Order: sequence, then structure tokens, then C-alpha cells
Amino acid sequence: MSDSDIVQDFLVESYENLDRLDRELVGLEKNPQDRDALASVFRTIHTIKGTCGFLGFNKLEKVAHVGENLLTRLRDGQLTLNPELTTALLGMVDAVRQMLKEIQATGQDGQVDYPELRENLTRLSQVGAASAVKKAAAKESSAHAKVEPATLDKEIAPASSKDVALSPAPTSGKAVLTEAPKPAALEPFQEAVSGPPVETVPEHTEEPVAAKPDDVLAAQQTLESRPREAVAETIRVGVNVLDKLMTLVGELVLARNQLLQISGTVEDTGLQAVSQRMNLIATELQGEVMKTRMQPIGNIWSQFPRTVRDVALGFGKEVGIEMEGKETELDKTIIEAIKDPLTHLVRNSVDHGIELPDDRVKAGKDRAGRLILRAFHEGGQVNIEITDDGAGLNGDRIRKKAVERGVITAEQAVRMTEREIFNLIFLPGFSTAEKVTNVSGRGVGMDVVKTNVEKIGGTVDVQSTRGRGTTVRVKIPLTLAIIPALVVTCGGDRYAIPQVSLLELVRLEADEVGKGIELVHGAPVYRLRGRLLPLVYLNRELKLVADGHSAAGDGAVNIVVLQADERQFGLVVDQINDTEEIVVKPLRKQLKTVKTFAGSSIMGDGKVALILDVLGLAQRASVITETRDRALTEKAAEAAASGEEKQTFLLFAGPGDSRMAIPLSTLARLEEFPVAQVEMSGSQWVTQYRGQILPLVRLNVVLEERRNKLRALQAPPTADSGPIQVLVLNHDGRSFGLVVERILDIVEDRADVRSAATRAAVLYSVVIGDRVTEMLDIPAILRGADVSAARPGLGPRSAEVAN
Amino acid sequence: MAQTAQFCTFYLDKLLFGVELKGVQEVIRSLDMTKVPLAPGVVSGLINLRGQIVTAVDLRRRLELEPRPAGMRAMNVVVRSEDGAVSLLVDEIGDVVEVEETTFERPPETLRGTVRAMILGVHKLNDRLMHVLDIEKACQMTDVAEGTAAGH
Repeated sequence: MSDSDIVQDFLVESYENLDRLDRELVGLEKNPQDRDALASVFRTIHTIKGTCGFLGFNKLEKVAHVGENLLTRLRDGQLTLNPELTTALLGMVDAVRQMLKEIQATGQDGQVDYPELRENLTRLSQVGAASAVKKAAAKESSAHAKVEPATLDKEIAPASSKDVALSPAPTSGKAVLTEAPKPAALEPFQEAVSGPPVETVPEHTEEPVAAKPDDVLAAQQTLESRPREAVAETIRVGVNVLDKLMTLVGELVLARNQLLQISGTVEDTGLQAVSQRMNLIATELQGEVMKTRMQPIGNIWSQFPRTVRDVALGFGKEVGIEMEGKETELDKTIIEAIKDPLTHLVRNSVDHGIELPDDRVKAGKDRAGRLILRAFHEGGQVNIEITDDGAGLNGDRIRKKAVERGVITAEQAVRMTEREIFNLIFLPGFSTAEKVTNVSGRGVGMDVVKTNVEKIGGTVDVQSTRGRGTTVRVKIPLTLAIIPALVVTCGGDRYAIPQVSLLELVRLEADEVGKGIELVHGAPVYRLRGRLLPLVYLNRELKLVADGHSAAGDGAVNIVVLQADERQFGLVVDQINDTEEIVVKPLRKQLKTVKTFAGSSIMGDGKVALILDVLGLAQRASVITETRDRALTEKAAEAAASGEEKQTFLLFAGPGDSRMAIPLSTLARLEEFPVAQVEMSGSQWVTQYRGQILPLVRLNVVLEERRNKLRALQAPPTADSGPIQVLVLNHDGRSFGLVVERILDIVEDRADVRSAATRAAVLYSVVIGDRVTEMLDIPAILRGADVSAARPGLGPRSAEVAN
Repeated sequence: MAQTAQFCTFYLDKLLFGVELKGVQEVIRSLDMTKVPLAPGVVSGLINLRGQIVTAVDLRRRLELEPRPAGMRAMNVVVRSEDGAVSLLVDEIGDVVEVEETTFERPPETLRGTVRAMILGVHKLNDRLMHVLDIEKACQMTDVAEGTAAGH
């Protein structure tokens, strides 16, 4: 083994160790008494230090050495881990990592030897040493130099931990104390410990001070089981070896397929038996090799506690991270592809989602926010959820921002549901962060998250409840290496279409083609269950023929209905072959510019077939435009196209959280006014709106029972209440604002299940979206409001129903 | 003793070309090829090289030479580029030649255009000139626009 091989091994091992250090240090900060973890941290640093010395990386060794010193004090119980110490130690981990990178790049450990960091670490460890020595000296005077190391340690550890807690180290006389004999006396002991530390540590846990007997027992048990764990039967295998294995298995599967075809035609029971066995073995081998590429998602999650800690600390927040389903396995390539998006989402949740501790307390929550990562398999896909219990998304602010930025029109904004609004955060250049921080809020990121996840065939969705928190759900396929696909033929060549984008297949026989396919100003469409499906001819898009309408020889048309980015379109191909599991191979750089193809694969007969990139194809054919805005308006367009029987309603909450609605057509705008803008004109609430005085009618007052109405009506707005939600309505050429509790949604419904009204100002009750909703009678409300201005509480409607 | 290098030679439109032997993975007869619609015109298609999918580059087109006459079966010179194996389609395979550094000369100033970037220079052999091809440049497609109907 050459020197560079040794260095390489050292680097690989050290990177892994450092990642573990991050994790363990953050864990230790929460539970400083975990001696087991402390011993492991110590061991790791000691190993790095030792190897550095051996390989001649002196600067790296120096940094590791001061870190080790500090850890020694911690391990011996002379210091207790606190945030300051953790930060210093993490700083050391970063420095070591930086130097490893330097070694990787240049073979040398760099020019910097981090004097400040080392000083800081030394200072921190001397705090412990100083007080320990002071105590020890007072107790045993000169005796300790001769004491057996183990005894010495027993003596000092309990004493010092008390001492540190009671009195901070005297700052004066530090110089003298650092030269005190005690550390020197401990030196041989340290040497003894650092050899096989696993066996030595349990002795320390006999200390009665902090560890409860149970803890000691548990620690010992873990320690006993650890050596077995450490020598668990794993070996390190290069990724390129695994990739090569995968390729060979792919080949084997192809050869098997051919063999099976041949053996089917030959009357030879011996051959058939062998090929059957070979079939089974190859299938099993394929499964096992696939497994070697699978990694638990915990591998990338493990760095998140550190990320969360750093981000939270930077903003003065307190955040606890919880993980469920760490063991959920994913293909290596997918793990790599989602690492950055997930990191961004996690940082984002801490930065934007979780509030400052004081705000949380005000909102009646725990000071510390919770961030929950959850992963699980579902229907051949992996779901990853990132949930925070923070402030939630502010739908109204996103709506406003989106309109301001011209992402959507005001009209679209009114029509969009809460969920659609939330998902606007994934559009490019969209950020609602009020402060731009170095973590997030720069308007880049969420769109990159979406793009990256979609690139590997996944989806992102966000759900949020105001004041309760936000959940981002990422759905991704298990593996990219082998996917089910539909194989079609076009222009004599085969193409594979990933099954995830496939909705259905439609075949039009020759005699149906004429009336089945219609033209919208030259653009072919097909009526699929009453809706127009744009048609894309694959041979034309791929420029295989100058013009191609009908494709198959018999005049029939095969339409593959595909979904791309919430748009559907029909792809016309010559022939639909079969569905197959295909092994995906990426395209080389020379073909990366061709956006229509996602990769290539080798078919059963050994020929190469291209895999269509449905999204790329849709973009090429202009089915979807780059701004995605058509997808957003699609629902509205659909409603218009699908017939008149459905109506669109604005749903909102009335007094007492009752569900109410008005037809959207009566609505001019939705507005939100701060209470301060509300003025009183007599007993009428008004506000200045677009150069007019807009009378405000409060729904809760209109619906109030008569005896309370007068008082309620004349009450001025309460200054400290939140902004009021106003529906601006036009009636008989006059505008007025209807104050409601909360806007719920905009829905489309037939609304044909009706029953009579139960109170004034309501036309009838109706079932919208499976729930009973009251349809407001706007003219009646206006009459009530108008009259009530002159004769409070005695509007015709209210008088009518008051009995 | 001057430094020598071994070259794998091949012909394109009667011109002699060479690539350094250590960059050549193998030489094979023509294989079944899958054409790639919308790909740059110089990409002839994809071939299955024992389970490895390799892009085939038509060197005649790449070097802006006359198209290969109909009926002439191309040979594949599979070279190792930064981005994995690439098959260069050539007319005919020549010998492996060993040349000294001293016979090398940079291309004349009069050789212009995109081709100049791909030809490192020539070795003056006894009877003719051997063009030395820059494998990386020849395999890079950044300067080639999207073509129409590849392979036509």
C-alpha cells in the first residue's frame, strides 16, 4: 500500500468520524452525562490525532491535540459540557474538516494552524484543570504525585465537578496553575486510557456523583456490546465497484431473457430446467445487488441536528429535532440528489417556520420549537415529511406578494385555494421572508428544491395551518436505477415512457379518428370524457417525419395520456408495445442538451432505447409554458369548459365559525384592513377605500339577535384586534364592504342540495363540499344595514324573523 | 533517445488520423445503433457496448468532412474521454504507429475554424502526414447546435 493510499484511507475514515462527531457532540450537549458518547468522541479525536502524527500532518495534529485535552477534562468529569464548550469543540471539528480538505486537494495540511481556536480550547480546558488542581491540592497536598492513576482519577472527578459548579476558576494565577503538577501526573494515565479506551471507561462510571446506578449499568451494557458492533461484518466497497456490478447484473438479466426465449422454442427438458433455475438465480441476484445500493435516509439526516443547532443558535431560537423512520432505505443516487433540497427545507423551517422563544411563549407554545422529520414507504414511493410547529404560512401575505410580483393576477389570487396559494412559494424568485437572512429569504431555494426533486421524478407539497405549523411533504421514487416503463414505437425506434407520468392509454380505431380528433385553430385535440386533451405527435416533435397525423399502419391512433406538471396531454405514437422494468442509464454529456430524453436503457434484444423525459417533451411541445401559470389557471378554465351547472362560491366563516358562502360573481375584491383604518360615521363603520367612503357592514351584527343588536352596532372597533377581513361587494351600483371572520376557500360546486333558511339574511342552506353552508342574501343584508343606520335594530328582515 | 509515443491510426476521407493508443479502449466493427432524435448532427446514435451505453460520434461530420458514401460501413474506435467511453466512427482502421516527438509540428496558421481546435498537430511520417486528434475536444459537443433528424 503506497503512502497516498494510506492518506486516502485516512481521509475517508476521518470524514466519517467527523460526521459522527457532529452528531455526538450535539447529542452530548443535551445529555452531558452520557459518558458513553463522551468516550466515543474522545476516541475519535484521539484516533485522528494519532494518525496525523504518524502521517506527519503536524498542524492538524496540534489542533486535534488541544481538542483532545479539553475532551480529557470532560471525560474525567472535571468539566461539564455546556454550549460554549460545544461550540468550541464543533469549531475544532470544522477546522479539522477544513484541513482534511486541504490535504485532499494539496497533500499538505495547509498554512493555517488556527491559533485562536487553539487558544480558546486551551483556555477552556484550563478552566477545568485549574479548579480541579486547586481542590485536589487542598485535599491531598503533595500526596497526589504518588497516587495510583485510577485512584487519583476517582478522587478528582467528584471533587472537581462540584468545584466547577460552585466557583468559577480563579482568573488570577492561571499561569501558575497550568504548570501545576496535576496534569503532568495524569499524563501516564491518559496514555494508558487512550490505548484500549473501551475497557477503561467503565471504571470511571463507578463514580457515584452524577451517574445513577441504572445509568451506569446501561452504560456498561452498551459498552460491552459495542466491541461486537464495531467489528460487525462490513467491508468498505468502492461505489464504482457497485456500479459495475449493477451493470453486469443488467447484462445478465438481458442474457437470461434471451435464454428464456430460446429455451421456450427448444424441446429439451434439461435446458428448460437449467434456464428456469438461472432465471430464479438472476432475479435474486438482481435484488441483492439492488440492495447494496440502498442506504438508510438516516445517513443524510444525521447531519441535521448540527445544522439545526447552528441555525437555531444563530437566530437565538430553541429547536428540538425529532426523527421517525431513519431506517427507511433509498437508492444511493436518490439519497445524493435529495440531500441538498432536504437541507434547505430543514434550514428554512428553523429560519422561517419556528418563532423566537418569547413569541412562542406568547402564542402559548413551548419555548423550544419542534422539528419533526418523518420518512416512510408508501405505494412504491418514499415520503419524507418535514414538520415544524412554528407560525405557519401566511396565506394572505403570499397572495399579496404574488400579485405584487406579477406572479399571478389579482383575479387568479381571489380564485386560488389556500393550498394553491401555499404552493406558490415554490415559484422562482418568490420569498415572503421579511428579513433577508444568510440562511434563507433570498428568493432562491424553494424553487430549486422543487426543481431538484422533480428532476428525480418526485413531487413537493406544502401544507400549513396559521399559528400551528407547516409540513412540507416530499415524495420520491425508491430507486432511479430500475423503473417500470411503457415501451412505445415511433418511427421504427422504441422509446420508454416512465410509468409515473402515465395516466391512461386510448386507442382510436381508423373509423373513429376523423371525428375523434378535432382542431382548435390547427392544434389537434381529443375529447377525453368531455374535456379537451391537447395532442402531441411524437414523430413530429422528434422531427422523425415532416408531418405526421395518423401513425399506425391500419389508420388507428394510439394516444398515451401523460401528466406533466399538473397538465395533461396526449402523446400520439405509432405503436404501444408493453410495460417493462428498465435499467436506467444516464445520457452522456454530448446528449445532455437534448431535453426530450431522460436517459437510455438496453432492451431485451440488446438494442438501446431512449427514455422520454415527459416534462421536457411537454415543454418542447409548449404544453406547459415555463412560468407554470397555465397550470394555475387550469382549474378555472376547466370549470368554464366543463359546463354551466357548476358555480363558484366564496366560502367564509361567519359569526360563531358558521360556514357561509356567496356566489363569486357578486364579489369585487377581497381586502384586509387594519382596525386603525376603520372610522365611525355616526354609528356606521366606514373606511376610506380607493378615494371613496366604503360603508362596512358587519356580518356578526347583521346576524345578531335583536336585543343585542343596538349595542353591538354602536360599538367602535376594538383597537387591539387584528386586521378585519372584508368582502367588497357591488350592489345596485354601490360598493360596500362586508366584514366577516375569516376567508375559507373558493370552491366550485353544483350546490343543488338545498333547504330553507333558518335565519335572517340567509337565502337558503346548501351543501357545498359535503358540508352545510348558508348562502347569504346580499340585498337583504344591505336593506338591513341601510335601514339600521336610521332605525337601529329594526331592519325589515330582522323584524320579520325575530319571533 | 527521443521520446516516442504510440498512436492508433485510422482513415477519414483518405486522410490519416491518429489518437494516442493509451486513450483507446477498443476497436470494433459496426454495431446496431439507436438514433437520437434532436441530438446534434454529429451524434450518430447510441450503441450497446456489453451493457455500457456509448455515444457514437460521426468523426466525418465532426471534422466537417464530406459525408460517408452510402454503403460504407463505419468502424468504431472507442476512446476514453473525461465523460466516459465515446465511440468515434471512422472509415477504416490503420496500423499502430510509433512516432518520435521530433516529427511533430503544430498545425499551420492557415488551418482555421472549429476544426483547428480539434487537431493538435501533425506527425510527419515517411510517406504522409498523420493528424493528431484531441480526443476531449472531439468528444465535446458544446460548440454544436441542436441538429435535425440525426442520422439522415
